[in-house]
Amino acid sequence: MNIQEYFELVWTDYTLRTITLGTAVLGAICGMLGSFAVLRKQSLLGDAISHAALPGIALAFLITGTKDSGILLLGALVSGLVGTFWIRGITSKTHLKSDTALGLILSIFFGFGMLLLTFIQKQPNANQAGLDKYLFGQAATLVESDVQLMIIVTGISLFVMLLFWKEFKILLFDADYTKTLGFNTKFIDVLITFLIVLAIVLGLQTVGVVLMSAILLAPAAAARQWTNSLGTMVLLAAVFGAFSGVFGTAISASQNNLSTGPVIVLVAGTFVLFSFIFSPKRGLLFREIRFRKNRTNLKLMKTLQFMYVIAQDHENISHPHAIRILNNFQGYTKGSLKKLENEGWIATHGQQWAMTPKGFKQAEEMYNQKTVNE
Amino acid sequence: MDNQKLAVQIDDLTVAYNYKPVLWDIDLSVPEGVLMAIVGPNGAGKSTLIKTILGIIKPIAGSVSIYGKPYSKQRKMVAYVPQKGSVDWDFPTTALDVVMMGTYGSLGWIKRPGQKEKKIALESMEKVGMLAFKNRQISQLSGGQQQRVFLARALAQDAAIYLMDEPFQGVDATTEIAIINILKELRKAGKTVVVVHHDLQTVPEYFDWVTFLNVKKIATGPVKEIFNDDNLTKTYGINYKVAVNK
Ligand SMILES: Nc1ncnc2c1ncn2[C@@H]1O[C@H](COP(=O)(O)OP(=O)(O)OP(=O)(O)O)[C@@H](O)[C@H]1O
Ligand SMILES: [Mg+2]
Repeated sequence: MNIQEYFELVWTDYTLRTITLGTAVLGAICGMLGSFAVLRKQSLLGDAISHAALPGIALAFLITGTKDSGILLLGALVSGLVGTFWIRGITSKTHLKSDTALGLILSIFFGFGMLLLTFIQKQPNANQAGLDKYLFGQAATLVESDVQLMIIVTGISLFVMLLFWKEFKILLFDADYTKTLGFNTKFIDVLITFLIVLAIVLGLQTVGVVLMSAILLAPAAAARQWTNSLGTMVLLAAVFGAFSGVFGTAISASQNNLSTGPVIVLVAGTFVLFSFIFSPKRGLLFREIRFRKNRTNLKLMKTLQFMYVIAQDHENISHPHAIRILNNFQGYTKGSLKKLENEGWIATHGQQWAMTPKGFKQAEEMYNQKTVNE
Repeated sequence: MDNQKLAVQIDDLTVAYNYKPVLWDIDLSVPEGVLMAIVGPNGAGKSTLIKTILGIIKPIAGSVSIYGKPYSKQRKMVAYVPQKGSVDWDFPTTALDVVMMGTYGSLGWIKRPGQKEKKIALESMEKVGMLAFKNRQISQLSGGQQQRVFLARALAQDAAIYLMDEPFQGVDATTEIAIINILKELRKAGKTVVVVHHDLQTVPEYFDWVTFLNVKKIATGPVKEIFNDDNLTKTYGINYKVAVNK
């Protein structure tokens, strides 16, 4: 199957459609809520939460004996939340920095989770196989009920986000100030964190513990490059996330079932790379182009200034001068002379140039601005 | 000050981040309608005092009351201008949007700002001379402009008491004069304004009330009476000579 066949099949093939829809919805919710994580500079938090969810999955299996993904994810949610609140507790009650707390919880919970997984695998029980899919994810195991759960949770998150939009925004920008306005900042904070944990837990089956934070952060980081509005950023991140999900699934399905999670992450990473280079406002490419353009303009203005100084000494500003006298001036080239003429600032006749009234005025204004700035 | 109402009253306030107290047993009364400077060296606890008044930091002991009632009941009467460096100015939003945040408190939960809030925000921006920058992304504002945005945000709250942490930090002379004129306007309108201030030279010119702070409260009162070398020396620990307008 090649990519084209995939996109033809996706409308008719039930399994393919379910998986694609699942990864798209997952990408969307992760992009949306990941924006908040990125703006809070809590990028590591996602990583810690997803790793902290692992023991929950293993314990849920040990207690219930089922591999029903709903129940396992509930276990993941509980241990993810426990990890999150321990992180908060450690940072507020001790003098440890938050990255230390994150690192601690991440490795302790993940270590414990791995321990439980190996314990489960040693058990003489045929039912135990397959839990390790939560490590790197396995989109192929998504069934319709999984996708329905994703859609419901995404719908609820969207609703809560829209409801508390103003509160989320102000808390992200200035938490102390929000408190002085009488808002319960702890509640808003817990709400945002809870939504982020939900999104992460939702993605464990598809992307897995290890790569989950990438799908949370990458679409948001890419979206940030294209806009200066929070609303647009969240929307764009959701779109990037959804596209990453769909393209990731398409590529992995068409390339002999490459592992879907990592491919989705790579697609999202491509979005980030592309955005960092090509976005018009913050991208590296346009920054360089703008810089060069400014430099050229500046050179042109320098030449014009030089001409202005000469023209000033004459009663008639459009008195012609030899081009030769520009030769000892750095900014002067044949090209720049041509550009000045195109702007209508000077006129040339053979070996002579003369300033036009328009050019004179332009140069004069530059001087004025300069004196204002200084 | 006997028949004058007290805007802020602080009793026996002690604050510590860890074992060492940052503020020690502070009693402080701020009469209504003064323009007061809080002065003291770096680390004296000035920002901490403001944050404690606002309930951002919990004190170990002591109480704060606003017009005779606990702060928690009087939140809406107090507006806060934080230090400019306390937020990330690369946040994706516009100057108008930030100023509009000043109206969120009276809006309460969930309700979205509408035309009325926008009008209030635009008026506040006009007062600080920032109307032309209303749609500017906040990261593209200069330091002084960011400071004005914060000031406008507090003005949009329409409070009775304004607590400002170094509003003159990093602004040029023109902006400084513009800001102090706004503060004097507020005082004229009967508001109480408390400003953490570093430039001792300008204290007598700008303020009518002053508090000297260095972990403990050294002195508080009218600038004319207590702004002298004695108190400055006690606060800053070295023999301080400033030109006090006689
Ligand atoms: N979050 C914090 N945790 C621990 N100690 C703190 C914290 N914030 C401030 N401090 C300490 O409390 C003391 C008072 O700090 P504060 O910021 O109130 O001083 P300040 O008077 O505002 O100083 P500056 O003039 O430099 O702004 C300082 O010694 C500072 O190191
Ligand atoms: Mg301070």
